[in-house]
Amino acid sequence: MQIPYEVQARPDTGVNNAKLGIWLFLASEVMLFGGLFAAYVFLRIGADAWPGMMMYGTEVMAERADEILNVPLATLNTMILIASSVTMVMAWASLKMDRFDRYKLYMGLTILLALGFLVVKGFEYGEKFDHHWYASTNNFLGVYFVLTGLHAIHVTGGILVNAYFWGPGTKLWKRGTARDKAHFTNRIEVAGLYWHFVDLVWIFLFPTIYLI
Amino acid sequence: MEEGHSHSDAHSAHKEGFWRRYWFSTDHKVIGLQYGFTALLFLLFGFGLMLLMRWQLASPGVEIPLLGALTPEMYNQFGAMHGTIMVFLGIVPLAVGAFGNYVVPLQIGAPDMAFPRLNMASYHFYFWGGVVMLSSFFVPEGAAKAGWTSYPPLADIETMGQTMWLWGMVLLITSSLLGAVNFIVTIIQLRAEGMTFFRLPFFVWAQFITAFLLLLAFPPLEAAGFLQLADRLLDTSFFLPSGLVTADGPLEVAGGGSPLLWQHLFWFLAHPEVYVLILPAMGIVSEILANNTRKPLWGYRLMVASLIFLGFFSFIVWAHHMFITGMGTTISAFFQVTTMIISIPSVVILSALMITLFGGSIRFNTAMWFALGFLPMFGIGGLTGLPLGLAPTDIPLHDTYYVIGHFHYVVAPGTIFALFAGIYYWFPKVTGRTMNETLGRIHFWGSLVAMNGIFFPMLIQGLPGVSRRLFDGGLTYSFAEGVIHYNVVMSVSAFILLLFQLPFIINFFMSIKRGRKVEKSNHWESTTLEWSAAPTPPIGHGNFATVPTVYHGPYEYSVPGHESDFCPQDVPVALSGSDTAKSVES
Repeated sequence: MQIPYEVQARPDTGVNNAKLGIWLFLASEVMLFGGLFAAYVFLRIGADAWPGMMMYGTEVMAERADEILNVPLATLNTMILIASSVTMVMAWASLKMDRFDRYKLYMGLTILLALGFLVVKGFEYGEKFDHHWYASTNNFLGVYFVLTGLHAIHVTGGILVNAYFWGPGTKLWKRGTARDKAHFTNRIEVAGLYWHFVDLVWIFLFPTIYLI
Repeated sequence: MEEGHSHSDAHSAHKEGFWRRYWFSTDHKVIGLQYGFTALLFLLFGFGLMLLMRWQLASPGVEIPLLGALTPEMYNQFGAMHGTIMVFLGIVPLAVGAFGNYVVPLQIGAPDMAFPRLNMASYHFYFWGGVVMLSSFFVPEGAAKAGWTSYPPLADIETMGQTMWLWGMVLLITSSLLGAVNFIVTIIQLRAEGMTFFRLPFFVWAQFITAFLLLLAFPPLEAAGFLQLADRLLDTSFFLPSGLVTADGPLEVAGGGSPLLWQHLFWFLAHPEVYVLILPAMGIVSEILANNTRKPLWGYRLMVASLIFLGFFSFIVWAHHMFITGMGTTISAFFQVTTMIISIPSVVILSALMITLFGGSIRFNTAMWFALGFLPMFGIGGLTGLPLGLAPTDIPLHDTYYVIGHFHYVVAPGTIFALFAGIYYWFPKVTGRTMNETLGRIHFWGSLVAMNGIFFPMLIQGLPGVSRRLFDGGLTYSFAEGVIHYNVVMSVSAFILLLFQLPFIINFFMSIKRGRKVEKSNHWESTTLEWSAAPTPPIGHGNFATVPTVYHGPYEYSVPGHESDFCPQDVPVALSGSDTAKSVES
C-alpha cells in the first residue's frame, strides 16, 4: 500500500507530507520553548535580584549574567552552530546537484560541528560544577541548566538523525532511481529544517540568558 | 457487500505474525482499536477508583470488602489518579486515538494515516505512559496525591509517585504530539479527489481543530513538567517560594520561585484540553444526528466557523481557573470577557444540533438515544459553567462540589455519552455486526438516570460551599449539614451506574461474536465515505477497493427529487436541490 504525496508535493497544498509534518512539529517545539522562555520571564520579573545570590565559599551577590556565565565560550558555540547550519544547507544543495560525495563531506562536517558544540558545552558545565554552582543554587542557574540542557538534548537528537542519514540512511539514495533520490533529498531537507530550528533556539537562548 | 466480505477474507489470509498484526500494526484501523480497548479499560479502572471514593464518602470509615478502610492517603491517591486516568488515559485516547484514528482516514477517502509508523509509535507512547501511571501505585507511599492538576508547592515536595506521574505525563504528551501532527497532515494531504475542506464531515473538522489544540497547547505543559521534574530531581525551586515551611520544618531550597507559574502553564494546556474533550464528542453527535434525522446538519458552515473560533479562543481563557489566586482585577476582567465570548460558539453548535432535529423523521436507535442524551446533558454542563467564568460568582464556588458537578456534566453524560453513541454507531462498521438494541436501551436509560443522580446533587452540595477534597465528605463542617445526606444518593447512583454498564459490556462482547450480521455495507444508509465507499467490515490495510472520488457535501439527506433519502458523497449524480450540484455539472 502506498501513501500518497510521500515524495511529490500535493498540487493544491504545494507540500509533501513530511515537510508539512516537520513544520507542524516545529510549531509545537516553538510552544515548548515558548513556554520555557515565558517561565524565565515570569521568574525573572518576580525575583528580587537577578542572577542573585551565588554560593561560592562565601555568599556572593551576582548582578550580571556574565559574572557567572562564560560569554566567550558561548559566542564560540554560537558561531559553531551557525556554521553547522550553513554546512547543512550545503549538504542538501549537494544532493540537489546530484553530488553525493560532496553531500557526505558537508553532512559529516555538520555532525562534527554539532559534536564540537556539545564538547564546548561540556567544558562550560564543568566550569560551573568546579565552582559548585548547580541548578539548585538559584533560579538563574536553574533556568540556565534546564534551558541549555533541553537544547543540548535537541542537539543530540539532531546528531543522531544526521548520523543516520550520513551512514545507513544513504541506502535509499544508493538505490538510485529518480524517485528514491528525490525521497532522500526530501528527508535531508526535513532534517535540515529541524537542525535550523535547533540553531534558532540557541540564537534566542544566547542573548536572553548570557547577555541580558 | 458480499464483495467486501471476500476482500476481508483474502486480506486476513495475508501472512503476518500475531505481534506484527495486532501489536506493532501500522494499519490505522488496528491502531484505532488498540487505542479503543486500552482506553475503555482505563475508563473502567478510573471509574473503579471513583467507586471506592464514593463508598468512603457515603459511609466514612466503613471497611470496603477485600480492601479494608480507606486511609486519607489512599483517598488522595485515588482522587488524583481518577482525574488523570479519566482525562489523559481514558477519554482523550478514546475520542481522538480510537475514533479519530479509525474513522478520519475512512471519512476523507485516505488509504491510511499520513505517517503509519508514527501512528504506531503514538499508541506505544500512550500505552507505556499508562503503564508508568499505573505502576506508580506500587512505589513507596503510593501514587501521586496532589490532584490531577499537580499544583506545587505540594506536588514539589510530595512522595515518589508524583515523579512517576510527571514521567507518565511526558510519555502521554509525546504520544499526543505525534498523533496531532499525524492527524493534521492526514487531513490536509490525504483527502480524496473532490473532498474539499467544506465537504469534510463535521467529525473530521472536529478532529482537525482538536489536533491543533493538542499540538499547540500540550508543549507548555511539557515545559512545566520538565520544570517540575527539575524541582523534584535537581532540587531547583522554580515553583517553590522562599521561606516555605512544611511539617518537617523549613524547606532547604534556594526559593524565589512561584507556584502561580505552574498554574499558568498548566491551565494554558488544560483549558484547550477541555475542548479536546468536547469537540470530538460534538463531531460524533453531529454525524449521528444527521444520519438519524435524515436531514442535513443545520448550519454546517456556521458550525465549522464556530469550531475554528472555539479553537482560537480556547488559548486565551485559561486564567478563569485562577480567579482566587490574586492575579489582580484587570487580568480577571480580561479573562472574564474572553470566557463569556467563548461560550457563544459552543451555544451556536449546540443550537445548530437542536435545530437539526426540527422536522426530521427521527430513527430512534441506541446510537441516536445517546446522541440525543448528549444535547441536554452537555447543555446543563455548559450553563452551569457560566457562573464559574465570572469572578464574583466563581469566588464562593471555587473548589467546591459545584465545580465537580459542572465539569462532570460536560464530560460524563456529555462526552462519554457521545463516545457510547459512537461505539453503537460505528460498531457495525468495524465488525460487520450490529449491537443488541434492547440491551442498548437499558444501558442508555439506566446510565442517564444514574449519571444525573450522581452529578446533580453535586451542584446542590457545592452551593453552600462543600469542598471537593474532603476525605469524610464534609462531616466536620456545619455548613455541610443541610446537604451532606446527598452523599448517599450520589454513591448509590454511582453503584447503579456500574450496574447499568454491565448490559453494555455483555452486549459489546456478545455482539462481536453473535451480533446480527449487517445486510448491506452501508448499514445506516449514510452519506459519508466510511459507509458508502469502504466495505463493511473493512478490508485490510488500504481501506478502499477503489479510491473514491467525492461529488457532494457530507450530509445530502432527503434531497428533493433524489430517488432515495440519502445521496452518498461518492455517487456522481447532480442534485438539483443542493448547492453543491454545480460542481458535479462542471
